[in-house]
Amino acid sequence: MDTPRTVHIALAGNPNVGKSTVFNALTGMHQHTGNWAGKTVGCAEGECRTENYVMHITDLPGAYSLNGGCGEESAAGEYLLQNAADLTVVVCDATAPLRNLPLLLQIMAISPRTVLCLNLMDEARRRHIRIDIDTLSDRLGIPVVGICARSRTDIRALLDAIEKALSAAPQNPLLPDFPSYITEAADTVTAFLPPMQDNHRRSTAIRLMDGSADIESLQISPEKRGELYMMLAEFHARHDAASVSEEISAVLAGHAEVLCAACVHMPPGNDARDRKLDRLFTGRITAYPIMLALLFVIFWITLSGANIPSGMLSAFFASLEAPLYNLLIHIHLPVFAAEMLVYGMYRVLYWVIAVMLPPMAIFFPLFTLLEDAGYLPRIAYNLDLCFRKCRTCGKQALTMCMGFGCNAAGVTGCRIIDSPRERLIAILTNTFVPCNGRFPLLIAMASLFFIGEESSLPGALFLSAAVVFSVAVTLAVSALLSATLLRGMPSAFILEMPPYRRPVIHTVLIRSLLDRTVFVLGRAAAVAAPAGLLIWILANADAGGMTLFARLCGWLDPAGRLLGMDGVILLAFILGFPANETVIPIMMMGYLSTGTLSGYESLHELGALLTANGWTPLTAICVILFSLMHWPCSTTLWTIYKETGSLRWTAVGFLLPTLCGCLCCALIAGIFG
Amino acid sequence: MENSIPMSTLSPGESGTVDRMTLSAAMCSRMQDIGLMSGTPVVCVGRSPLGDPAAFRIRGAVIALRKADCARIFLRR
Repeated sequence: MDTPRTVHIALAGNPNVGKSTVFNALTGMHQHTGNWAGKTVGCAEGECRTENYVMHITDLPGAYSLNGGCGEESAAGEYLLQNAADLTVVVCDATAPLRNLPLLLQIMAISPRTVLCLNLMDEARRRHIRIDIDTLSDRLGIPVVGICARSRTDIRALLDAIEKALSAAPQNPLLPDFPSYITEAADTVTAFLPPMQDNHRRSTAIRLMDGSADIESLQISPEKRGELYMMLAEFHARHDAASVSEEISAVLAGHAEVLCAACVHMPPGNDARDRKLDRLFTGRITAYPIMLALLFVIFWITLSGANIPSGMLSAFFASLEAPLYNLLIHIHLPVFAAEMLVYGMYRVLYWVIAVMLPPMAIFFPLFTLLEDAGYLPRIAYNLDLCFRKCRTCGKQALTMCMGFGCNAAGVTGCRIIDSPRERLIAILTNTFVPCNGRFPLLIAMASLFFIGEESSLPGALFLSAAVVFSVAVTLAVSALLSATLLRGMPSAFILEMPPYRRPVIHTVLIRSLLDRTVFVLGRAAAVAAPAGLLIWILANADAGGMTLFARLCGWLDPAGRLLGMDGVILLAFILGFPANETVIPIMMMGYLSTGTLSGYESLHELGALLTANGWTPLTAICVILFSLMHWPCSTTLWTIYKETGSLRWTAVGFLLPTLCGCLCCALIAGIFG
Repeated sequence: MENSIPMSTLSPGESGTVDRMTLSAAMCSRMQDIGLMSGTPVVCVGRSPLGDPAAFRIRGAVIALRKADCARIFLRR
């Protein structure tokens, strides 16, 4: 048998066509897919092995056009124009072929081989949309496969088509004709271009003419460059670049219309169900009550479902503590090392797991369910006016929602916002919404001081209120930034509202558990273990008659008092920098001075401890406010640095929420204290 | 052009065909990317609860646009 050939395959398509699902199905990787534009951040890469080929597959970010000038989108165009792929699979939404085909036509013009993959065929069938795949394939001159990316056999069919196209001669796709003034000028321009593949020369020529490529980027001699400048200047004097670009788009769109008229039967009103749902979810009277109700229900289910397993996990891990300690002593570890490992590292680790795992395992699937069903873009649609009034982009609502899961993920997600100014605002304000790691603290404070009982209903109400408050703060701070540091007017807002889709429960479960829960938990655990060590050392190191921890608390106490809290709380927030989840346990350790973290088995215990240390409802309010508004956790801060590439903006990202929190707490403490 | 109306005046259910756009060049090309150019049929399918933005069916996809942008796109009825 021959050794398998290595080939490079690019996966391209409009946003929201299920590209990432196809990618996952091909590579078996679990890249999380989302139902909104720009979910693929950066290019994911994976591998797919068949008998004859080793396929390196690159999942390009969704794009509407190869010329698309905006950050993420242009990445797809650049990749394909560099001719890096042997074959491009263009994924189209079978329910909206008309709007997907122009991109296909652009890609066919530059890719050596193209396969059209019509995804979501099951959805199309449900809407009684019929596509004549054979005729479409004939008319395009490339292979066309209709699939449902969740079906194994369909993916096999797609792989077969890819393999067949790879082994056959390069394709001769049937492309639409451009007006003669464009093609004639393109022929002249082509002569000046450096040697490259024929279809690339032609598309480069056309890109020079419609203004989407720059002469400076070409590798040609200065004389040729001068001549080319003259030629293009003469051409642009007669036809300006914008009108050429519009003409080309019109030709592509027109060709797509002709193809669809011949091959697609689209019954009128096939999206009636979507519009009916939109009237409900974005209706004038129903939109906001439904949004709030969904928020509340998600928190309620999370809280009421998480209590019992959290306790069980905690009890289970605690019961292993003594045997583990004995084991370490048994293998002749020094006592201090065994204590450090068990009461420092192990205890923090299991505490974080016991507290975080159950709520996350409930919260993330619920959230993914909403996401998969296509609800999130509707939130952005409903809230856009508020964001516009703050001179930012409605898509910030989406990144905010991602922030509830994890602020670092929310910051990365800001790439979906086109305008650099608005993206920066979204990045800097993302930490104002509480991430999952801060929920336990919020819930504990609320149940102890304001709700009284450990019941999930008022707890959920309280969390919902905290979220609404944090959204209001986000808006206020965004408006402030828009008026000061990042002055500017709102840019355009183009938001696609994809069809509602029935989520597939088991994939939602598997994906949200595997991808998100395990990922976030893994990160938290990786941080918690060394943090546990550090805390143990601080609490056990002697610094002149008292522990280092106690000394630090003493130093911080005046500042803490000013903010309506005390030194222990402030130190807990500072030591919680690697992971917000550890704030409560560190606080308790400070009060108990046991030198190790102590989990709270019952809230009453915690309540008694706090009251004994001088806590009042006012302290709890300040702790809640400070938890909503303080420095981002280390991972988020690092992500802000990576996304902005600037230390200055990272510093702003650190200081902005910190100052807001300090100001709020100091005011409250000053007025009511 | 007296019978062309701005796209922002469409009520849900009403439709028209793009006649001309007076948006900035960058915005025009963004609109072209989503398939909105002269000759494109547009149907307004809804309005957000606060009245702005509105949703339009453009070449088989539903896209939300703000009033300020739509006011510079003119339609033939």
